Amino acid sequence: MEATSKLLEQVQPISQQSVPSSSYKEALPATPKKAGDSFDWDTRKKLIANTDEWKSKFSEVRPFNVSGDGEKIGSVVQTNEETFTVCLNGKQWEETYEKVWTLKFKNDGKAVCLVMKDNAWTVAVDGLQWKEKFDYAWNLQIALNGRDIGINIKKDDHYGVCLDDKPWTQGFADVRNLFISPDGTMSAASVAIKGLAEADIFGFQKGVWTVAVDGTPWDKNFVNVWGLAFSPDSRHVAAETRINLYDYAIVVDGILWPQTFKCVCEPRFSTKNNVIAPVKIPQGWTLAMDGKPIWKTFVQLWPPKFSPDGKKIAAVVAPDFGRWTIAVDGIPWKQTFSDTVLDPVFSPDSKRVAAIAKESKDPMNMGSSLHSIKGNDRWTIVVDGIPWEQDFDMIWDPVFSPDGSMVAAKAEINGKYCVVANGKAGKKMFDTLWSPVFSPGGDKLLIRGIQDGKYYRYVLPREEI
Amino acid sequence: MAAVAETKEVKKIIDLGLEEGAKKLTPERIEKTINNALTAMGGARLDAYVSTCIHCGLCSEACHYYLSHDGDPHFSPVGKVKQTMWEILKHKGRVSPAAIKQMAEIAYTECNLCRRCSMYCPFGIDIAYLISSVRRMCHLLGVTPQYLQDTAHSHSATMNQMWLKQDEWIDTLFWQEDDYRREIKNLTIPLDKEGADIMYSVIGPEPKFLAMLIGNAAKIMHVAGVNWTFPSFDGWDNSDMAMFSGDQEIMGRVKRAHFEAAMRLKVKRIVMGECGHAFRSVYDVGNRWFGWKMPPVPIIHAIQFYYELIKEGRLKIVKKFKEPVTLHDPCNVVRGRGLQEMARYVINAICEDFREMSPNREHNFCCAAGGGVINCGPPWKMKRMEGNRVKAEQMKATGARIVITPCHNCHSGLEDIIGYYKLGMRTKFISDILVDAIEVPEAMKVKK
Ligand code: SF4
Ligand code: SF4
Repeated sequence: MEATSKLLEQVQPISQQSVPSSSYKEALPATPKKAGDSFDWDTRKKLIANTDEWKSKFSEVRPFNVSGDGEKIGSVVQTNEETFTVCLNGKQWEETYEKVWTLKFKNDGKAVCLVMKDNAWTVAVDGLQWKEKFDYAWNLQIALNGRDIGINIKKDDHYGVCLDDKPWTQGFADVRNLFISPDGTMSAASVAIKGLAEADIFGFQKGVWTVAVDGTPWDKNFVNVWGLAFSPDSRHVAAETRINLYDYAIVVDGILWPQTFKCVCEPRFSTKNNVIAPVKIPQGWTLAMDGKPIWKTFVQLWPPKFSPDGKKIAAVVAPDFGRWTIAVDGIPWKQTFSDTVLDPVFSPDSKRVAAIAKESKDPMNMGSSLHSIKGNDRWTIVVDGIPWEQDFDMIWDPVFSPDGSMVAAKAEINGKYCVVANGKAGKKMFDTLWSPVFSPGGDKLLIRGIQDGKYYRYVLPREEI
Repeated sequence: MAAVAETKEVKKIIDLGLEEGAKKLTPERIEKTINNALTAMGGARLDAYVSTCIHCGLCSEACHYYLSHDGDPHFSPVGKVKQTMWEILKHKGRVSPAAIKQMAEIAYTECNLCRRCSMYCPFGIDIAYLISSVRRMCHLLGVTPQYLQDTAHSHSATMNQMWLKQDEWIDTLFWQEDDYRREIKNLTIPLDKEGADIMYSVIGPEPKFLAMLIGNAAKIMHVAGVNWTFPSFDGWDNSDMAMFSGDQEIMGRVKRAHFEAAMRLKVKRIVMGECGHAFRSVYDVGNRWFGWKMPPVPIIHAIQFYYELIKEGRLKIVKKFKEPVTLHDPCNVVRGRGLQEMARYVINAICEDFREMSPNREHNFCCAAGGGVINCGPPWKMKRMEGNRVKAEQMKATGARIVITPCHNCHSGLEDIIGYYKLGMRTKFISDILVDAIEVPEAMKVKK
C-alpha cells in the first residue's frame, strides 16, 4: 500500500510542469461542507407525502425522485392532455410546460429539471426558469458541490454548454457530454471544431475533435477525444485521445503525454495533480502515471480511483479472461468474479474498499434459450476482497459509515427493496427506495422510501437496520 | 513480392479508402505491420486453421458468392483465403501494396463473414475468422473501404453508427412518444429510468431512418406491461461496424459504452432490436475483446423477447397477418445463436400463411449485406447484387409476397436484391407485423 504514495512523491506531474495556472480561473478554496450536517437526524419516522393521491390527481405520474435530506419527493406529472409540470410533496409548480424531464435535487433541496415551453428548452429551478433558452437542452448535471448546474445545449445549429445560466460564448459543430469542475465554476467537453462532409474519412483523420474548457478550445486537434477529468483543485483537465487511427495517448491541459499506447481509458488526477490512466501495452493493460506504467499487466483494467487521502489507487481489473476483481495499488483481491465488478468505493478514512460484484449461477447460461433464468444473476457487495454471504437480484453502490466500520447499500429482493448493512438485509421492505445516508456521527442511517404509496423518511440507529 | 492470382475478369471499382490507403503503403510498412499483427494474434488459431485445410474445396458449394458466380473459384471460401491469408503467411508479410488493396477488396466486399462455409468444411475451419484477420491487417495498414471506415469513425466519435448528435437521439424518442400517445393513453418512452427491468437498445439507423421501429417497440412494451427504459446518453446503440472494419479498439470502446449504460441504469437485462450483426458484437465478439466471457448483463435478441411475451401470454394475438410470408434466417442469430425455432414460433403466431425458404434455418443463404459488406457503400452495390443471385432464386421460389427479416443488414440487403432481381416482394421486420397483430386493451386506447 506504500507503493502508490512513494511513486506520487517521485513523479513530477506533467500538468504542473507545463501549464501556466493563469490559463484557467483561479480555483475557489475548497470548502467541503458536509450536506448531512444540516439534516434532521432526530425524527424517527416522517410521512412526507401520500404519492397514491397524486395518481388520482394527475393523469400521469412519472418516476419519483427525492432530495438528499429526504424531506422532499417530486415527480414529473401531466396536468392535462398537452401540459406537464412538477409535483413536489403534493404541491404542483404554478407553471406548466410542453415537456419536463430529468428531475434532480440540489444540496439545498431545490428541485431542478429540463423544461420545454413554446418550443424552447431551458432549466427550471423550483419552478423558476433560467433566462437563457435553447433549441435543445439535455444531460442536466449538478456539480459535485451540489450547487452548480450544467447542461449540454444546441442553439441555431451550434452546440455548447451552459453552466448556471451562462452559455459558452463559442458554439461548435458538435459537443458531446459535459464535465463540471469539482468547485462548480468551470465546464469542459469534447467538441468538434468543424463539421465534415459525408464520408470525409481523410478530413476526420486529420483531427477535428478537441477539448473546450469554458468554451475555449485547446489549440490542438485530435482524431478522437473521450473521457475528460478535472483535477481536484479544478485547475486542470485531462482527457483520453486517439492521435491517429492506431495510437492513443493521454492529454493534459492540451499537452500530450510523450508516450503513446495501443489503447487508453479515462484518466484521473491525484490530489497532487499527477495523472493516472489505464493504458494498453503489448503485454496487456496496466496503469500509467504521467505516462509511465506503474502496475503489472492485466487482461483488463478500468478507470482507477484515488482514496480520499490520495495515497492509494483502486481499480477494477480482470487478472484472467472472464474473471473480475478489484486491485488496490496494483495487487488484486484473491477472490475473482465471473460476470463483472463495478467501480471501487473507498471508505472516508481511505482504509477500506468496497465494490459491487456479479456472478451467475450458470455463467455461460447456454441452457436457457431465453438467457433469462430467473434468479441466475446474483449481485452482491465485496468489502476488502470478501463478498457478503447473501446475494441479491440487484444492488446499488456501497455507502461507508464515516468511520468505515459499516457498509450499507440499497438492494432488490423479489421486486421489493431494502437496505442491507454489513451484509444483513434490513427488515423494512419498500416498493421504491433510495440509497441510505449515514449521519455525520455514523450512528444513524437516513432511509428514504415508498411503502404502500406513502413516502417516508426514516432515521434509524444503525443497529436497528 | 507476391501478387494475388487473377482468376476472374477484373471490374474496376474505385473506392477512395482502398486507393488512397494503398498509395501510402511501402513494402517495409506492410511487412512490419503484418508481422506485428500476427504476433499480437498469437497465431495458434490461425496456424491450426491454415495447416488443417486439405484444400478439398467442399466449402465452395456453401458460399453464395461462389454459387452466384457459377462456380468461379475466385469466390470460393478457400479461394478467398488462398488469395489473402495464405499469401500473407507464405511470404511472411512481404506482399505488395497492390496485393494488399486486392486482398482488402476480397476481405471486405466478397465475404460476409456469415460462417455458412464452416458447416460444410469437414474440419469446421472458421473461414470468417481468417477473413476477419485479414481485415484486421488491412485496418492496421489503413486500407479500408471509404464508407465502412466512415461508419467506424462515426462509432468512435459518437458511439453510434450514424453520426447522430446527442439531442437528435433524444428528440427522436420524444416525437415517437408524442406520436404514439395519440393512439395509446399515457404511452411513454422512459428515459434513464434507473432500476427498470429492461434496457432496450437499437442500432443507429433506427433513430436516423426508421424511427417507427422505436415507436413499435414502445407500443409492444406498453401493451405487455414491461418495465423498460432507454439511456438518453451514449451507449444506446448496440451496433458495431468497427468490428467489421477491423478496428477492435473502437469495437471494445463501443461495447463498453453499451454495457456500462445498462449497468448504470441498474437493469436486469438488455433487449435489443431486430439486428443480427449487433447481436454478434454484443454476445460474442465485442464483449470478449473486453474480457467478458459472456455479456456482463444478460442480453437477448428481439426474437427471444417476442417469443417470451407471446408464450407467456403477455401479448395476445388477435389479428394475424394474411399475406403469404417467408422468413430469412439471419446468420448471426441463427447460425450464431440458434434462434431459428423461436423465430418460427413467433411468425406462426402472427402470420396465417408462412412459407419456408429452402434451404432454411442454419443452412440459409446469407443476404450478402452482412459482415459490413453493405456498409462498404454505393461503389460496391452492384457487386453485392451479382454476388447473391442464389438468394433471389431462393426467395422467389417461396411464392411469398413478404420476406420477414429480423435483422437490419438483411432487411436493407434483401430490399436491394428484391429491386435488382425484380422479385415484386417486400421486406418487413417482425415488429412491423406484431404491432398490428396484438390486442390493445380498450382501456389503453385513446378515445377518438
Ligand atoms: S460469405 Fe459466408 S460462405 Fe462465403 S466465404 Fe464468407 S463466410 Fe464463407
Ligand atoms: S472445406 Fe475446409 S478443408 Fe476443405 S478447402 Fe474448404 S476450408 Fe479447406
